[in-house]
Amino acid sequence: MTIVPALDLFVAGVVLIVAVWTVVARDSSSAVVGFVAYGLLLALVWVRLGAPDVALTEAAIGSGLTGALLIGAAARLRAGESSTSAEHLGGVGRTLVAALATIVAAAIAVALLSLPDPAPSLAPEAAANAGATGLGNPITNVLMAFRAMDTMLEKFVLVIALVGVWSLAPDGAWGGRPRSYHRADPEGALVFLARVLPPLGVVLGIYVLWVSADHPGGAFQGATILAAMWLVVLMAGLGDVPEVGRQQLRLMLVAGPVVFLIVGLGGLLLGGAFLSYPQDWAKPVILAIEFAMILTVAATLALLVAGPPERSAEP
Amino acid sequence: MSETIVFGLCAAVVAGLGLYGAIVNPQPLRKILAFNLLGSGVFLFFGVVARRGAAAGFPGDPIPQALVITGVVVAFSATALALALLLRYFDATGSASLRDGAASNAGPESTDA
Amino acid sequence: MSGPVAVLESAGSSGALLVLSIVVPVAAALVAFVAGGRRTAWIALAALPVGLAVAVAIAAKVPQTGGALVYLLGGWAPPLGVALRADGLSAVMLVVTACVVAAIGVYARADFRVAAGAAEERAPFTFWILLLGVWGGLNTVFLAGDLFTLYVALEILTFAAVPLVCLDGRAETLQAALRYLLFALLGSVLYLAGTTLLYGAYGTLDVVLLSRLVTAEPAVLVAGSLMTVGLLAKTALVPLHLWLPPAHAGAPPAGSALLSALVVKGSFFIVVRLWFDVMPGLQSVAATQMLSALGATAILLGSVVALRQERLKLLIAYSTLAQIGYLFLMFALAYDAGAASMLKGDALAGGMLQAMSHAAAKAAMFMAAGSIYTALGHDRIAALAGAGRRVPGAVAAFALGGLALVGLPPSGAYLAKELLLRSAADTGQWWWAVVIQAGGAFTCAYLLLVLARVLGPVNRTATADETTDETATKRGRVGWSQQAAALALAACSLALGLVDWSAWLPVPPGTRLSSSLVDTIAAAVWPVLAGGVLAVLLGRWTPPPRGRLQQAAAALGPLRRAGVALGAGFCRADAFLRQWPVAGLSLLALAIVFGAALSARY
Repeated sequence: MTIVPALDLFVAGVVLIVAVWTVVARDSSSAVVGFVAYGLLLALVWVRLGAPDVALTEAAIGSGLTGALLIGAAARLRAGESSTSAEHLGGVGRTLVAALATIVAAAIAVALLSLPDPAPSLAPEAAANAGATGLGNPITNVLMAFRAMDTMLEKFVLVIALVGVWSLAPDGAWGGRPRSYHRADPEGALVFLARVLPPLGVVLGIYVLWVSADHPGGAFQGATILAAMWLVVLMAGLGDVPEVGRQQLRLMLVAGPVVFLIVGLGGLLLGGAFLSYPQDWAKPVILAIEFAMILTVAATLALLVAGPPERSAEP
Repeated sequence: MSETIVFGLCAAVVAGLGLYGAIVNPQPLRKILAFNLLGSGVFLFFGVVARRGAAAGFPGDPIPQALVITGVVVAFSATALALALLLRYFDATGSASLRDGAASNAGPESTDA
Repeated sequence: MSGPVAVLESAGSSGALLVLSIVVPVAAALVAFVAGGRRTAWIALAALPVGLAVAVAIAAKVPQTGGALVYLLGGWAPPLGVALRADGLSAVMLVVTACVVAAIGVYARADFRVAAGAAEERAPFTFWILLLGVWGGLNTVFLAGDLFTLYVALEILTFAAVPLVCLDGRAETLQAALRYLLFALLGSVLYLAGTTLLYGAYGTLDVVLLSRLVTAEPAVLVAGSLMTVGLLAKTALVPLHLWLPPAHAGAPPAGSALLSALVVKGSFFIVVRLWFDVMPGLQSVAATQMLSALGATAILLGSVVALRQERLKLLIAYSTLAQIGYLFLMFALAYDAGAASMLKGDALAGGMLQAMSHAAAKAAMFMAAGSIYTALGHDRIAALAGAGRRVPGAVAAFALGGLALVGLPPSGAYLAKELLLRSAADTGQWWWAVVIQAGGAFTCAYLLLVLARVLGPVNRTATADETTDETATKRGRVGWSQQAAALALAACSLALGLVDWSAWLPVPPGTRLSSSLVDTIAAAVWPVLAGGVLAVLLGRWTPPPRGRLQQAAAALGPLRRAGVALGAGFCRADAFLRQWPVAGLSLLALAIVFGAALSARY
């Protein structure tokens, strides 16, 4: 029994060391690399906390996609790093911030440790109502049934964030394509990967969604894999980012929340509640929403990484 | 259940580090990084809470676990928006400094009696 | 307000209205996104009356339920599921929001229209979708009965609000937007940290269920202080206001109106939910007095700095800072030390009424300022003379909105002031009565300063550079619909005091303008007089070169110099507080002090 707590302590120690590194590293690029490593280590923590679904999400989005965004930004910002000495805090200020942040963290730690034991939990209720949707994965049940409203609103968050990113486009480039992702030379390994990986990735992404009915996985994780595949293709120059003015693209970007809303309102009209599912059809209906969602989420995530349109639409 | 104590403390330290970094680091990129660190610490609180609530044959309470998945996606959107803003600002000014034009409000006092 | 019965049961078919109130803006935004081009604006404009009708229907239903209108999403009852709840506070905020959004929509038609010949343009496309996004986020904030759903709603609100700041793409507004987003994100993460602790302690995030469970435990006290401070950062209560003035002053007029009138009310509303509904029994004298003291500081700092501004939009932005402070005065007044609990009574009603009046009046003032800018080509206060001839409707809207804010009868702010003063008298806290009266006088001071310029004689020296080519080319025509939209909102704000709010707000029936004509006139006269004195002493103005006014100004000499020095000191304090590291330190310090104040009782 002693080996497992020791392992936990070791993992926590490494996580903390990497976390400290991302804060104190002089160079932004190395801090970003530290953050990506941190995200992967965190996935390990999530497995230890009995949450493989979250581990997948953390690795795919928290570390992978966020990392891709941050690395790209750090590379573009490198030229301006030297001129960022403004609002610099002196030694006394830093010590003060450190002291106050320590107090806040300590208060949270005390609060966490003081939580009641046995802990209140909705796990029994979730288990008792698992049959209502015909899905075996409790987390999919929460996301698609018990708290479906949050999931629907969160799709809306993605759309709004994307509109916000697009609003930063230069006027002349409106309707055009985001900055080119093409980085690789035509004979490079990336191009090879970009030809081989995507078919596998698409299968894997849809598999992750499909099994999520009963096992860890889900629309987000599947969508992230699809989005990553798309980004690899873009970086290899095998495809280009679509023009943001295209109606098909926009349809794809709202398909998830729109299907969600239609099903929700359907539930309302059929005499049930908003976002309730017909008794015997719950599983196929939920899977239909998830398939619409995986497309939407994959496209939105990839376009959020791609950034605002910067090249004007070709006539 | 020792892992909830170990990782609970770990999460609190990570959150503290994130707070420190977000306030002290002058570069916006590093603030965004620190925000992600802080966010991941808070998500770990949910993980610890979920693990403590393991019951009914589940390794953890599925409600907080599902909340984290929603939270991670929201945090990603926030990061994407913040970085897009930062890059546009950088392109417009050639500088990534966030110093506010404090002078714009202190203003010249010349119009006064 | 909401009784213990029926909080966990759907209210039948009328509960579906709550769903519609969120679905209408969300669905409109999605459809507008796909449709694109000129259709984006039309879809948004078509959604406005529908959403307004839903809001009014909800407000009509709520009093009949005797508490709250409840809807269980998906048929799942909390704690497993999520409930939507509309009580009186939600209902009035829904209606006010719908009205203000509708007026902003009418106003924005001229500014955000696709140019002839273009299929689609960036600014109009994004503006209309973000407007619907803000609206959807706000409606969710008012209705969500679950702390995590509230978090998602807050983020919708933030992500939709931030890009509105920098629609023009200028470097200053981009910087303002970035600072806004980064600070708001810190706030939301702190809020989220609090929710996880509450879930860990009680296994639910439902507002009503939590309110029955919370006791003073370490986890709850830490959660309460983190959530409060996080929300204050998003509401820009001094000293956490670093992002507000540049963001609210830099956005396009319709955006400023939306941000100043409504967006800050979203996080404010959640503070009210938290303190009055989730943990009313956990507050302490220290915590409530401290929160209101921050409000008083905001009134003083915001008002004095507003008096020192050269540009109209910045003046209005600092006025928002002061008015946000006003909203927090109710917390000290609503705390009943005897019952050791927050009471829903006069103070809460007054605070909410103030929030509503400010929403309508401030939107009107920002819209009017936008029209004045368009008509003159600039918004320098010193050179506003003649605006009354070019855009009379806008100037009237600005004046009426300002008078409504000052609290002249029969405005909503007047009734709010009465309720707050009554509550201060009932609880024997005379010092808040002083703050309340001073707030009105300060508001009057910066209003007078602007109106004196607008209505005053055209000052030759000040207008010399007004005719330069630069400003002349910036001048444009202002349509009547823009001025009418601003005027309508200002009139609404001015008439809010005439309504009997007892069906929605916790006041006895028949509470409305009760005072006699003499009282009313006295109530109108004294803030104007005090405001005049403040404007003369602290305001930014130049004495005319000749005449009796010159002599009067000279006689004021030493006092005026002291006033100017005081004003400069406040400006420096404001600039100091608005540095990022200082604001960050304030954030941490406030979290710690609130935690200490909450636990002071035990």
